[in-house]
Amino acid sequence: MFNQLSDKLEGVFKNLRGQGKLSERNIKDAMTEVRLALLEADVDYSVARDFISSVRDEAMGEKVLKSVTPGQQIVKIFRDKLAELLGGDQAPLELTPPARILMVGLNGAGKTTTSAKLALRLKKEGRRPLLVACDLFRPAAIDQLETLAREIDVPVFTPDRDEKNVIKVAKQALKWAETQNGTVMIFDTAGRQEIDDALIRELEDLQKFLQAKEVLLVADSATGQQAVNVAKRFDEAVGISGIVLTKLDGDARGGAALSMRSVTGKPIKFSGVGEKIADFEAFVPDRLADRMLGM
Amino acid sequence: NTFKRSPKVDWDELEELLVTSDIGIRLAMEIVDDLRDKGRKIDADDVIAECRKVVMERLPDSTKPLPLPTSDGPRVILVVGVNGTGKTTSCAKLGHYLQSKGHSVVLAAADTFRAAAVEQLETWAQRLNLPMVKGAPNADPSSVCFDAYQSAKARGADYLICDTAGRLHNRNNLMAELSKIRRTLGKTDNTSPHEVILVVDATTGGNAVQQAKEFHKATELTGLIVTKLDGSGKGGCVVAIQNELDIPTRFIGTGEQAKDFAPFDASQYVEELM
Ligand SMILES: Nc1nc2c(ncn2[C@@H]2O[C@H](COP(=O)(O)OP(=O)(O)OP(=O)(O)O)[C@@H](O)[C@H]2O)c(=O)[nH]1
Ligand SMILES: Nc1nc2c(ncn2[C@@H]2O[C@H](COP(=O)(O)OP(=O)(O)OP(=O)(O)O)[C@@H](O)[C@H]2O)c(=O)[nH]1
Ligand SMILES: [K+]
Ligand SMILES: [Mg+2]
Ligand SMILES: [Mg+2]
Repeated sequence: MFNQLSDKLEGVFKNLRGQGKLSERNIKDAMTEVRLALLEADVDYSVARDFISSVRDEAMGEKVLKSVTPGQQIVKIFRDKLAELLGGDQAPLELTPPARILMVGLNGAGKTTTSAKLALRLKKEGRRPLLVACDLFRPAAIDQLETLAREIDVPVFTPDRDEKNVIKVAKQALKWAETQNGTVMIFDTAGRQEIDDALIRELEDLQKFLQAKEVLLVADSATGQQAVNVAKRFDEAVGISGIVLTKLDGDARGGAALSMRSVTGKPIKFSGVGEKIADFEAFVPDRLADRMLGM
Repeated sequence: NTFKRSPKVDWDELEELLVTSDIGIRLAMEIVDDLRDKGRKIDADDVIAECRKVVMERLPDSTKPLPLPTSDGPRVILVVGVNGTGKTTSCAKLGHYLQSKGHSVVLAAADTFRAAAVEQLETWAQRLNLPMVKGAPNADPSSVCFDAYQSAKARGADYLICDTAGRLHNRNNLMAELSKIRRTLGKTDNTSPHEVILVVDATTGGNAVQQAKEFHKATELTGLIVTKLDGSGKGGCVVAIQNELDIPTRFIGTGEQAKDFAPFDASQYVEELM
């Protein structure tokens, strides 16, 4: 896609080309443009502010000011810093036994689909994943996971349809797993809003019982300014180990990822890139950085 | 005391408040500029109230009712949107709402794609005692809607609500499928569908406007349902959509139960927005 932002920035600096010197005013204008780009990409308001100020110093440095293409230089600094922040410390899944992965997130973010996607990926890596349906709430959530599991031929634990106690289900699932010869268990949970205290408590209890070393926050890449609150609350409640960014096959700019990453410090591990079970990839920070800046 | 200066308005703070409601930075700046032009007349004490007024001016009459039932066949409501926004749940809630107003309703399970989508709507239909029409697995969604229309007409139902599969607005072939559903619904009654409702998640940021644009192109939207307003998302995207495309919000979703649903009330919405 054509690079609108860097075009705009270049415009800001065009008149100064050849003069070899930039005023603070020019830098400030450029910062304003970049700030707009970040906010239009749904980066959290304060995260964007902090990010801009952390980059400003570098942009004010000698090297940039004396460059013949300061606009491009500044965009590059932003882009590189973004990419670093989004993916600096990419960590593999922690799968030492007992390997358990708990999937959490807002309603409709993509947890159930991602559970199956992750299972397929682990299976392809030669592991033996098991799926567990712990969403006892949404109509037909269990059927959904069961259907997906069948499609990828992965064993799935399905509780009684009228069971309401999620800890009881988790206990039954661990017992069932003893007979399954699996090496990693993936627990799908019900979607919930992060300010719903009763449902967040249910998740806390489940994690207290399971002690899953991987707790993945599944988040829609089109999430807006709620992202920071979501990431914070889920992290406080169950200690997330990473983030999965879904629906990246859409055209959302994905600024929520930066917001979540920046408030939790937790890595974005995977991205969902389609509705099919195979549409799942390791997260590529550079790509998202470009997208957020409209490049 | 006429010499006492009014407390100064912190315009940055106002901008932040607007942006964090997901109204979008451009519109937020526009609104802040609007208010600034009023100059000295606004002080810190009434800036929020003034701002609400400006937002209200951009929202239309919130209570536009759904088309009334007639004797020439069901009024058809087609429900569309991107993945996971709450379409299926909203179809059930809307069906329940209309039923509670004394109308007869039929649901059409036209998401023939996603795993257990039909079972999901079926569970709701049983729970709420609403008749539902479904097709064979992987059936053409247009033909499911067509059959559902015939069935709703035969029953003399007031409303037919068609649930469709979630799809991202940048997938041309899937958007074409939706246009086809629309055309098919118009075959027996060329005024159908009478309403095409986009379901938007209040959690969504700026992409919501893009979604609305593309769905509008493919299906001629007549309204929005904004869901998940029980979360911390403010749903400012509906102001942005209204502002850009003039599509009104009809209903809100505020939870996962059938009762968590109500007609959109602009003044209450704006109250909670900021
Ligand atoms: N296009 C696209 N769709 C996705 C992706 N991931 C999930 N979806 C779709 O998003 C919708 C919601 O996915 P689910 O897996 O049911 O979401 P969930 O988080 O389990 O939902 P709840 O359990 O109700 O909270 C479905 O239509 C999925 O097919 C993705 O990466 N791309
Ligand atoms: N908290 C809350 N959750 C909601 C609301 N409306 C729907 N949901 C939940 O959002 C999730 C997705 O809802 P669905 O109705 O399956 O969404 P959909 O748009 O049909 O999803 P696809 O068909 O997969 O695209 C489910 O967990 C619903 O219970 C709401 O107003 N508030
Ligand atoms: K809210
Ligand atoms: Mg689910
Ligand atoms: Mg659905």
